[in-house]
Amino acid sequence: MTEQLSKINAGDVYHVVDAGVIGQLRHAFSDAMAMTRRNLLRYLRIPDLLVFSTIQPVIFLVLFTYVFGGAVKGLHTSYIDFLIPGIVIQTVAFGSTQTGVGLAEDMGKGLIERFRSLPMARSAVMAGRTIADSARNLAVIFLMIAVGYLIGFRFHNGILPALFSIVLAVLFGFALSWISAFTGLAAKNVEGAQVASFIWIFPLTFASAAFVPVNTMPGWLQGFVKVNPITNAVDALRALSLGGPTARYVLYTLLWTVGLIAVFAPLAVGRYKTKT
Amino acid sequence: MLVEYSSELLIEVDCVSKSFGSYLAVDSVSFSVPRGQIFGLLGPNGAGKTTIVKILTTLLSPDSGRATVAGLDVVKEPRRLRSRIGLAGQYAAVDENLTGRENLDLVGRLYHLPKKLVRSRSAELLNDFDLTGAADRVAKGYSGGMRRRLDLAAALIAEPVVLFLDEPTTGLDPRSRNDLWEVLERLAAMGSTILLTTQYLEEADRLAQNLAVIDSGKVIAMGTPSELKSLVGSSVLEVALEDASRHDEAAIVLSAIALDPNKVEIVAGRIRMAIRERSGIVADVVRLLDQSGLPVAEVAVMKPTLDDAFLSLVGHGTKGGSYD
Repeated sequence: MTEQLSKINAGDVYHVVDAGVIGQLRHAFSDAMAMTRRNLLRYLRIPDLLVFSTIQPVIFLVLFTYVFGGAVKGLHTSYIDFLIPGIVIQTVAFGSTQTGVGLAEDMGKGLIERFRSLPMARSAVMAGRTIADSARNLAVIFLMIAVGYLIGFRFHNGILPALFSIVLAVLFGFALSWISAFTGLAAKNVEGAQVASFIWIFPLTFASAAFVPVNTMPGWLQGFVKVNPITNAVDALRALSLGGPTARYVLYTLLWTVGLIAVFAPLAVGRYKTKT
Repeated sequence: MLVEYSSELLIEVDCVSKSFGSYLAVDSVSFSVPRGQIFGLLGPNGAGKTTIVKILTTLLSPDSGRATVAGLDVVKEPRRLRSRIGLAGQYAAVDENLTGRENLDLVGRLYHLPKKLVRSRSAELLNDFDLTGAADRVAKGYSGGMRRRLDLAAALIAEPVVLFLDEPTTGLDPRSRNDLWEVLERLAAMGSTILLTTQYLEEADRLAQNLAVIDSGKVIAMGTPSELKSLVGSSVLEVALEDASRHDEAAIVLSAIALDPNKVEIVAGRIRMAIRERSGIVADVVRLLDQSGLPVAEVAVMKPTLDDAFLSLVGHGTKGGSYD
């Protein structure tokens, strides 16, 4: 038995106290799922939000393809094949800002205070956000690939690497969401949370290999671009969809993913615990 | 204090202090609440009431002192404590994008109640709080009063041992406020243990059996509402005779029962004096004057209000009586 009903007195019979690590983990999981469900329902209840988070990346995709596509020279593939991995990573990066914004919104409405007064797992509020945002990312990535197919994109490396590239993108976005969760909880309001995310997401995304080949940039910038984890993630996705050596890029991306979660998940949970 | 602590104490606060930087928000506050009592923390804005509630609901930890709720230490056993309390904070903390029922289901699940139980408790509470009709509508469209009721229902879903209500009616229109008071009175009748903060004297007077008056982080007075009122002392007796020209005669007769025989005044066509209130005083006044051949037209005894008590304790006002 991992649970026991603690009967302190009459009227107190409902309170299930989780005993032991297994019980706590089980609660942490079920709490995170309850919060994920709640956050996903939000997309169904606010159609604008759904439209914004799906249409915007598709517009980016189409614009970049036709506006920049002709100008970018020296690629071994068509621009759309080059662009899709980049724009998928851009989408999960921009999407991660929603994690912090959502948390700041909950805070402003007193919901965080309620959650903190409940016997739920401390991690569940943030986990619910990051998981829900990852689920949305997954749906948006499928939509983008579908639109990409219509305008000429193709996976050149088989179905398994293609599927793995999607999983990798979602995992990477999940890691970025934890950074956003931390900055969102540190922000004073929704606007603050937005600024706190975009201030690092924008330069990181554009100063990367996402949209143009790195060798077109000035030397000083190339140094930054090459160590940028976004570049790494884009390269990993490109290798998986186009072919070529993949191991190093994928490994680096996975290391970044694990590293970011290891650092920012505890920071975010710490912030949440002390938030008043 | 004339309070009898015969039953178990569900809230015990012992010399709790909390500062934010150099600002001392709560200054060695002590009080206790027995099972089945509604206890009010009354004080103006910024007095430290919310900080006390946050400490007792584990949202903030105290700098010093000790506090237990339902027998559990707020610092040592926060998680077990949280499963035994319900909190309705200053905001109506409802998720606007969920329906009323979904809100309750979510909170019930986060208390780790069995699914079946959550469903039946939700239905029960929605019915109790007159929200059944709106149960499957998104809470965004709810009125302020409905949100507060839903918030309160969420706080009650796990049948908490102690319920915390932080300014439950602030921001409500008079009608919704009255509706909510009726709900709280029903809870009180069921023997719930509730800690309520308020800046409305009328609310404290109506709902709380015991009060602590808080100002600048300190408890400055404690007792039942009537004890607090009697702290300001006496009631006021006003008498008018059928024949107003004989008021001087009557004043002499009545000085026998006045608190201060030298302070019997005639103001605006009435005899006015401070008395110690007791039962039968009105009958006594009428008999006394009748025996002296002075027929009475009107007698009134005015008790001091909690407003008077508060003003005399704090020296500055709260939002008493009238609402904007």
